[in-house]
Amino acid sequence: MNRQSYEGVVLTAPVSVPYVRYTNETAHWWIAKALREALGKVQMTPREIDGLSVSSFTLAPDTPVGLTQHLGISPRWLDTVPMGGACGVIAMRRAARAIQAGDVDAVACVSGDTNRIDSFRNLLSAFSRFAMDATFPYGFGGPNASFALLQDAYMAEFGATRMDFGRIAVAQRANALRNPQAVMKKPLSLDQYMDARMISDPIGLFDCVMPCAGAEAFVMMREAAAIAKGLPFARIASTIERTNAFPDDPIQLRGGWAVDIDDLWSMAGHGPEAIDLLQTYDDYPVICMMQFEDLGFCAKGEGAEFVQKHDLTIGGDFPHNTSGGQLSVGQAGAAGGYLGLVEAIRQVTGTASVTQVDAARRALVSGFGVINYDRGLCSSAAIITGASA
Amino acid sequence: MTNALPFPPKKDPQKRTLVPTLPPMARSRASLGLGVMAAQGRFGLQICAACAAVQYPPRDACHKCLSDDLPWQDVDPSGTILAETTIRVSPEPYFRERMPWRMGSVRLDAGPTLNCHLHGEVGRGDSVKMALKLDKAGQGVLIALPLKGSEHMQDDPTLRAMSCDPKRRRILISNARAPMALALTHALLNAGASHVFLGEPEAWLSWPERKAFEGMENVSILPLDVTDTSSIAKLSAEIGGKVDILINTATYTRPGGIVDNDTSFARETFEVNTLGLMRLAQGFGPGMAARVQDGINSAVAFVNILSVQALMPDPSYGAFGASQAAARSISQTMRAEFRGSGLRVMNLYIGPIEDDPWFQPLPPPKVTPNAIARACVQGLVDGLEEVTCGDIARDVYARWQTDALLLEREITGGGS
Repeated sequence: MNRQSYEGVVLTAPVSVPYVRYTNETAHWWIAKALREALGKVQMTPREIDGLSVSSFTLAPDTPVGLTQHLGISPRWLDTVPMGGACGVIAMRRAARAIQAGDVDAVACVSGDTNRIDSFRNLLSAFSRFAMDATFPYGFGGPNASFALLQDAYMAEFGATRMDFGRIAVAQRANALRNPQAVMKKPLSLDQYMDARMISDPIGLFDCVMPCAGAEAFVMMREAAAIAKGLPFARIASTIERTNAFPDDPIQLRGGWAVDIDDLWSMAGHGPEAIDLLQTYDDYPVICMMQFEDLGFCAKGEGAEFVQKHDLTIGGDFPHNTSGGQLSVGQAGAAGGYLGLVEAIRQVTGTASVTQVDAARRALVSGFGVINYDRGLCSSAAIITGASA
Repeated sequence: MTNALPFPPKKDPQKRTLVPTLPPMARSRASLGLGVMAAQGRFGLQICAACAAVQYPPRDACHKCLSDDLPWQDVDPSGTILAETTIRVSPEPYFRERMPWRMGSVRLDAGPTLNCHLHGEVGRGDSVKMALKLDKAGQGVLIALPLKGSEHMQDDPTLRAMSCDPKRRRILISNARAPMALALTHALLNAGASHVFLGEPEAWLSWPERKAFEGMENVSILPLDVTDTSSIAKLSAEIGGKVDILINTATYTRPGGIVDNDTSFARETFEVNTLGLMRLAQGFGPGMAARVQDGINSAVAFVNILSVQALMPDPSYGAFGASQAAARSISQTMRAEFRGSGLRVMNLYIGPIEDDPWFQPLPPPKVTPNAIARACVQGLVDGLEEVTCGDIARDVYARWQTDALLLEREITGGGS
């Protein structure tokens, strides 16, 4: 059966609450801050919004149900998306269909997490059953060690070098220097990347994100409503998601995008050449490289050559993670799964200001999440376009 | 190549003894099966009874057919290392103290991918043999071992932390007069133990076998009576700070059932076999538990040599069997109480001993002191919790594991 288009539904009101390394505030506080700003942009009160989608790892003991009472929202449509780094696009997909079907008029999509001293260790300890049973007893390297294994296998299989991954991190830092909200403020050279101390070989210091606290949000509504309110908006051209792809692969050298990629491009009606900028999920550069391949920007195993040939900065021929990505902005828990999408909304609506890519009409956003045991289980991607595309 | 373990420096009494830290302890119920396997030195995983798919990580339903019938079975341990990493940063105190830490990803020939510890002699691309070991938290963990290790492979720090290797350690054998004491002493010294202390009860009574110990290098015989709390306290005050492994060999055997037996014999049996163990645990246990992180000669294990009659009824040895069953129960509780420290409790189950006069009328097969000594040392090297030695103990233990109620009927009701 042919998939129906997402026409008539738009994304608007992108919000990024500036991240901090440590905070004593709760996830509730961070989410409220993002929500307040987003609702202000769409000129709605908490009582008026009838849909809410929440992604957070640190709301416990609450769920988003408790959050509604805490924040005084009475939604007729409530969703929670536990897909980690893939949650932004997936929250968007779910909300778009509910709005199209008339189950809800407007959905505030929000993600945020707190980061107290030692809360990252506690978060990891309780991350998943398989991680508790089969990952953490082995050196407790956290995600650094899990991705080190994937990168080690990837390097051995395809001949990529640390310097190739370094190009991604260095370009993102250049982008981040334009973004006042980025946690990382210092320039990063390829030499500095190469000379940095190793964290979990072959993962070095600048391959790792900085865990921090923060929140991201956007609002979805009917196009007519956005026009009536005079809001800049983005449309959804195409989107995919997949969970637990390729379960028989002995080790992860590809993500779920590779299963659904033809669907993504055929629904969009064009190929990778029509994309003006790419926001990948960048918890580690090796995952960006996997996305370049699995999304079709280059063939499998050619990611290293691709980053050698392209300029990934805002002014380059292949603008990538224009805000600086998690590697330079920081990783605020589940907000990391929103970061790329929120920045892409700003880009295609021409509101990215300091990080704006010239003539950005079509953005591809992809997500990747939840290292349950030995691999990331969730993948998602979406192509969003500005009103002029 | 693994470097041979150096001799430990003398302990500096002015420095604080390191507080033992443990690797992560939390596990799901299904994953406890790894520890059950590791405790016995077996390598096994869940295998689906419906479709034969091998499962890992442990789970509650088959990942191929959703069957919930997933018995633990022995599995071919052959595999290949797909990837490796050296972890240099960890938020977990146990690993922080031991950085860097190597781990890897192994594709098991039988199917699943295993994240595991790596022995120092293996790396990416190598064919390896997987093993399940108990870590310091007492949980079953996977380690990739070389197919053919070098001479000192057992001295690899990761592997040694999972073993109770007597090499470079000091051992107390609670009763020098036990039939296996001499063989044990030789076996431990051959395995690299730096000193063997032997307890001698009723030192005023001469015993001809004592001569065999006299003049042995790195062997001391000291007064110890497990029925006497003050004797234990005295020895513990003297050498408790350097007992790394305690092997309880004290046993009092008298034949006879329950109905027509004299309870004064039974009381003596319990005094030695049961309460004696409890007194040793009280006298030496806390000191050992506090010295689990002392480096090369850290305290590591408490060994109880038990008769397999602990597991079954035997009208010829009723009170003795009861005392052994009670000792086994104490041993299990000790295991629970020492779990938080990382001190391991190993039960070595044996059958009737060759040349032991109290088992003289029983037919073969019997177990020799040398075999007991070998099994004890190997169990320590392998870091086991449950070890059987000899045909009778192996047979009874296996039947008890399969069906304890059936074992009772087999022993007492025939079934030929």
